[in-house]
Amino acid sequence: MFGIYLKRELSRRKKAALVIAMGLALGIALVITVSSVSAGMQQAQEKVLQSLYGLGTDMTVTKARSAPTGNQSGRPSFDFDASANDSTETQSSDRVTTQGGQTLKSALVTEVAAQKGVATAVGALSLNVTKVDGSFTQGKAKTDTSSPSSSPSSGQGGPGGGQGGDTGSTAPPEIQGGGASFDVNSYSVTGVDVTNQELGPLATTTITSGKTFTTAQTDAKVAVLSTSYAKENKYTVGETVTISGTKYKVIGIATPESSEATTDVYLPLKQAQTLGDSANLVSTIYVQATDSKQIDTVKSTIQKNIPGTTVTTSADLAETVSGSLSTASNLATSVGKWLSIAVLAAAFLVAALLTSSAVSRRVREFGTLKALGWPSRRVTRQVVGESVVNGLLGGALGIGLGLVAAYAVTTYSPKLTAQLGNTGGGGSGMGGGPGGGGGPGQQSAANTMEIALSAPVSLTTIALAAGLAITGGLIAGAMGGWRASRMRPADALRSVS
Amino acid sequence: MYKLTGVSKRYTRGKETVEALRGIDLVIEDGDQLVIQGPTGGGKSTLLQMIGGLDRPTEGSVQLDGVDLASISEARLTRLRAEKIGIIFQAFNLIPTLTAQENVETALVPLGVKPAERRERAAEALRSVGLGERLSHVPTELSGGQQQRVAIARALVKKPRVLLADEPTGNLDEGTRDDIMALLEGLWREHGLTFVLVTHDSSIARRAPRVATIKAGQLTVTDQDQYVS
Repeated sequence: MFGIYLKRELSRRKKAALVIAMGLALGIALVITVSSVSAGMQQAQEKVLQSLYGLGTDMTVTKARSAPTGNQSGRPSFDFDASANDSTETQSSDRVTTQGGQTLKSALVTEVAAQKGVATAVGALSLNVTKVDGSFTQGKAKTDTSSPSSSPSSGQGGPGGGQGGDTGSTAPPEIQGGGASFDVNSYSVTGVDVTNQELGPLATTTITSGKTFTTAQTDAKVAVLSTSYAKENKYTVGETVTISGTKYKVIGIATPESSEATTDVYLPLKQAQTLGDSANLVSTIYVQATDSKQIDTVKSTIQKNIPGTTVTTSADLAETVSGSLSTASNLATSVGKWLSIAVLAAAFLVAALLTSSAVSRRVREFGTLKALGWPSRRVTRQVVGESVVNGLLGGALGIGLGLVAAYAVTTYSPKLTAQLGNTGGGGSGMGGGPGGGGGPGQQSAANTMEIALSAPVSLTTIALAAGLAITGGLIAGAMGGWRASRMRPADALRSVS
Repeated sequence: MYKLTGVSKRYTRGKETVEALRGIDLVIEDGDQLVIQGPTGGGKSTLLQMIGGLDRPTEGSVQLDGVDLASISEARLTRLRAEKIGIIFQAFNLIPTLTAQENVETALVPLGVKPAERRERAAEALRSVGLGERLSHVPTELSGGQQQRVAIARALVKKPRVLLADEPTGNLDEGTRDDIMALLEGLWREHGLTFVLVTHDSSIARRAPRVATIKAGQLTVTDQDQYVS
């Protein structure tokens, strides 16, 4: 009788049932959309963080930033000789600097690894290589022919010409021609611990050609190039790449999982240390915690036990993310969450009021049933049952609407930008990730990432939606059922129309 | 047997207190038929509610077979209604979405009768009131008289000891009224029910063996000599 009665009542009150169901559906669809978009935001943020950190890295340890002293300006300087006569010989100079100029002793890697809560730790050294090559051409001094004292002479001139040659005692000669043509090419080199490539800069890459380092190549003159760098400079596996006069054999091409990864050349750590004149130094220590829930504790332990270091966790890093991703994420977590709650609460309220109102219209019906000997609990069960079915109907509609909305977001894939504060080179808070990329000229570009937003709907979200639908139905049913249970059978006789 | 002693019922409407029943004493023997009549607002329906266990008196006791309906628990009172009392309403009070058969079945639901038996007994009850061909009709597909017959079948399907009817012909035309009254009287005799009928229809009251007239909450019972059984 319960099922028949319920089915007939819902069929009879289709419009009311639909209004209740649609209200709940709207709230539930909003919850699904906001949840899935939030999940998409989370994924996008993780993607951003992974591009800096590497998969599996829970935190990085870098040297605490200090003000530069003496000549530690960090600015590269180059020495070129002016050639005599008409030489146009190409001159080249590589300048290798550690990114940010802040390094830690390699021994700290072992020390960090020994801290409580640390599963593993590896060191990496990030370098910037600025290569300048080109040539000078001499300018020609030309004297005024109208002046008898003047005579042609040549003089060396700097770029664009300058003073030089015999200035004479009368009118100075005019320098014509001459100058300098230099190309500046900057790229990044990262020294990685070849004995543990699961953690650290290489962890976010996939070897698409050749192979990665073997654990035996701790000091071998081999290199793995990023796909973009290899393509730009037309390197293939087996060729050699020369960095600051040292030749390295290219053994592999690595494609980063994020297009924003900024390392161009990976070398074994020892080679990078030699190249950067940073023996036994690293710029970043990548740390994996034994328990991801204990990251904050591990961070405190490291900071306490190893002074002079900056420990940066994913959470710290996330705080430095700005741009539309951050705005949208904040929007989803704050406005979206509260909007969902508000709509859902309104939907629950409307459902409860409509159910209660429906019970009021059915006074005679419920009163009659009570007069016939139906216990209050049976009448209540009937009302709650109808309401829960309404809720489930709303839930099904809401899940459908929510899935459509999430699918639309994923299909449309709105692009979000993430601006990463203080990246590269040991800036405070970021600790100098593996990139920093491509020298000063590319720094700001590398700090802005474009991420396509998706809205993944998890089974948990669906379960949450179904739970909310049932809850909504139960709330509405409880209100209606409470009214119905308080109804007296005598009301059936009184409400004779 | 019903025994009402000093039954009073007061309602409070705002600051005003309405005394619907004032110290009613009444005995109804098993198998008796009693017609309660009186002016509108006189307390007829209120008295019927007390007898049917649909409401409780403010004062006094309503005993059915020695059980005081005024003081037993709600659950027990509900159970007693389900088992012993059949009620017929003026407006039929059928569930509009259920068929005639399902409406009759509703009276058997609280008794825990199994669905198959429920359906069978409901069909039988409907056949007994002449609606064997209308089992699957919903109330809107039935005339007023037919709807009241469904209500009568619903009241009797559980084989109650008491049948209460509140203006059962109030919404019916004269011809149908006579049919329904004839049916009720036939069933009363057939089943040996205690039958209490509230009406303001004097023609019906005249046919009853015992008439209780209620006026301003006070009752006067008359045994009618002219009644022919």
